[in-house]
Amino acid sequence: MHGQDLTSEVIFGLGWLYLLLAVMNGIWTYRAYMAGPARHDHESGEKGHEGEHWEDGPSLAYTTVWSIISMGYFLVAVAHFSGTSDPEAFLIRMPEFVKSAVDRLADPALYFAGSIIAFVLVVVLRRYLINPTTAWVLLNISVVFMALSMTDYDFRQIVGKPDNVPIVSMLFIVGYFTWLYFRRAVDNDDRIAAGKSLYEQEDNDKVLVWPDLVYTELICMVALTALLVVWGIVLQAPLEEPASAVKTPNPSKAPWYFLGLQEMLVYYDPWMAGVVLPSIILVGLMALPYIDFNKRGNGYYSFNERKFAVLTFMFGFLPLWIGLIILGTFLRGPNWNFFGIYEPWDPHKLEVLNNVNLSEMFWEKMGRTPPVAPSGSGAGTQFLYIMLREWLGLVLVLAYLVILPPLLAVTIFRKFFARMGFIRFFVLANLLLFMACLPIKMLLRWSFNLKYIVAIPEYFFNI
Amino acid sequence: MKIGEYIRESQIWKSIFRHPAPYDRRNRVVVMLTNFFLHLHPVSIQKQGIALSYTWCMGGITFFLFLVETVTGVLLMFYYRPTLEHAFNDILALRDVTTLGIMREIHRWGAHAMVITVWLHMYRVFLTGSYKPPREFNWVVGVLLLVLTLLLSFTGYLLPWDQLAIWAITVGSNMARATPFLGHEGPGAQILNIGGFDLITNGSDARFILLGGRFVGEATLNRFYILHCVFIPLVVATLIAIHFWRVRKDGGISQPL
Repeated sequence: MHGQDLTSEVIFGLGWLYLLLAVMNGIWTYRAYMAGPARHDHESGEKGHEGEHWEDGPSLAYTTVWSIISMGYFLVAVAHFSGTSDPEAFLIRMPEFVKSAVDRLADPALYFAGSIIAFVLVVVLRRYLINPTTAWVLLNISVVFMALSMTDYDFRQIVGKPDNVPIVSMLFIVGYFTWLYFRRAVDNDDRIAAGKSLYEQEDNDKVLVWPDLVYTELICMVALTALLVVWGIVLQAPLEEPASAVKTPNPSKAPWYFLGLQEMLVYYDPWMAGVVLPSIILVGLMALPYIDFNKRGNGYYSFNERKFAVLTFMFGFLPLWIGLIILGTFLRGPNWNFFGIYEPWDPHKLEVLNNVNLSEMFWEKMGRTPPVAPSGSGAGTQFLYIMLREWLGLVLVLAYLVILPPLLAVTIFRKFFARMGFIRFFVLANLLLFMACLPIKMLLRWSFNLKYIVAIPEYFFNI
Repeated sequence: MKIGEYIRESQIWKSIFRHPAPYDRRNRVVVMLTNFFLHLHPVSIQKQGIALSYTWCMGGITFFLFLVETVTGVLLMFYYRPTLEHAFNDILALRDVTTLGIMREIHRWGAHAMVITVWLHMYRVFLTGSYKPPREFNWVVGVLLLVLTLLLSFTGYLLPWDQLAIWAITVGSNMARATPFLGHEGPGAQILNIGGFDLITNGSDARFILLGGRFVGEATLNRFYILHCVFIPLVVATLIAIHFWRVRKDGGISQPL
């Protein structure tokens, strides 16, 4: 049962979105024009923070290009408003070849690798990205991509779910704030390098809380209340069929903010993915101020002064936490199979599962059958046989947790170790190793079809 | 205006507001010191500490959303009954017939928004290095508040008692049975037995305590309702008080002392 890609309502709704884009870009053009050479003589006196990136103001070509883009959006919007009579024949839609190409790329390994590459690119290219024009172009591209994707039925089904709407907006909001951070941080890094005072220290006199803060709070509260009321009117809170303990939905998903954890279940058993790793995340967050010995970067945005801390935290927050929530929400369908964003959620889609335990691989390589305790032997003997069967995995895990930290202390983290002291360093090292254990298991799964490093289902102890 | 003057000169008004309106500098200071709701704030503050591009306003928004959730939640409690017989139908009625049923929409969207804003608040506090001395402990309190926000949302997720609710809670709480030592399918649980008698079974493990039963049922609904409406909010309110108090005592939201 597959719905229509385009209906009159969808086209009409998208018309509003393109109109919004036209207005947004119109304002952008206007701002560029006001800061541009045409007006520069009048306003050279006050050069606001916003206008700084246009060295001498944007050129006339710049303003022209953006006004054409804005006009283009307007025409597209008009086309949408007037093209609702025959939705099937409507031309502005995501081309089929793009859809099939995107769906063919749908794969957890590619998704995760892509998110890591994107993260690295953002950090490396931060000087280019903080340029408002670059950010604006990226925003335009992502909104147009969303708008075109909305012409696909399956995309709409998953993105348009009321509970998923906040996640889509979260994506844009987190992107915006990450951009804002880099903008401020790079600015401060330059100031520090040039020996100038920090942005936060300029113009930092004391002001009275009434009215400066109290009014900001009041306006914020009014705006938020209005937003929530409008949101509540436009979008109805979801209510499905009455609860039934016998009808299991497929997929059964945890609340969206736990979907990153649910995604970890693909790679680890519940005791790791659902209990140990979340606990370690919490302990790690709480321990953070006690293991970060770097005194700099307190009270202002900076990147160069605390690269290690920022990169570690961002890696955990962006690709691992937010990234996996997006993956779990939008890309995991029935049976927790991976689906492309334009792919119908087919509950009969089969995924070949041929994952093998490390011990099975090992004993097969040795040309033997895994050791099994003789039947009727006591618990102690069984335990010894299990240890013998899984010795390689156990040794590897122990080495990872016991040998690696001291090894790190004398090699790449020598300076850290010297400055942090014994306890701080070992807490940090273990936290880092636990953080890395998810990507490591992912890699092992994708490259060797590895199921468990240590597989002791007898004791519910699988790693 | 005469009548305004009359009101402001009356004994009643003066008993409530013990000073003139905050029109001049002196009274703007005094208002912060004498008003219960405003005394949370300092009298004066550094400009950067309140610049939106610096603070992102996320902590304040999170707190405001907590208040919105409290108010809408209390209103919903007047209507909603946490029993298998009524829970779903009450929510259905809130959607279809009840005046001000939009409270449920606001409550749910506010909850989603609160989860996002509390993450962004943590993101900002991290990126400005505001957890550094002397504010280490307040960061820890903040992490606890973040977890409690997620738990508030999680416990509230069950209350509509529809398919979405019970299966999300089932999936989420299934983790608990794999808790090491304390879950009946967790590693180490087998060790905890006395004379061959298992201490940890599906009738006594962490999941059983969470759900009040072996599956998500009426006992779970009651348990989550109390957790959602009474227990966690009380803990959160206490921690928020400590969080804000420490912001003041630690010398503002960031920068070394």
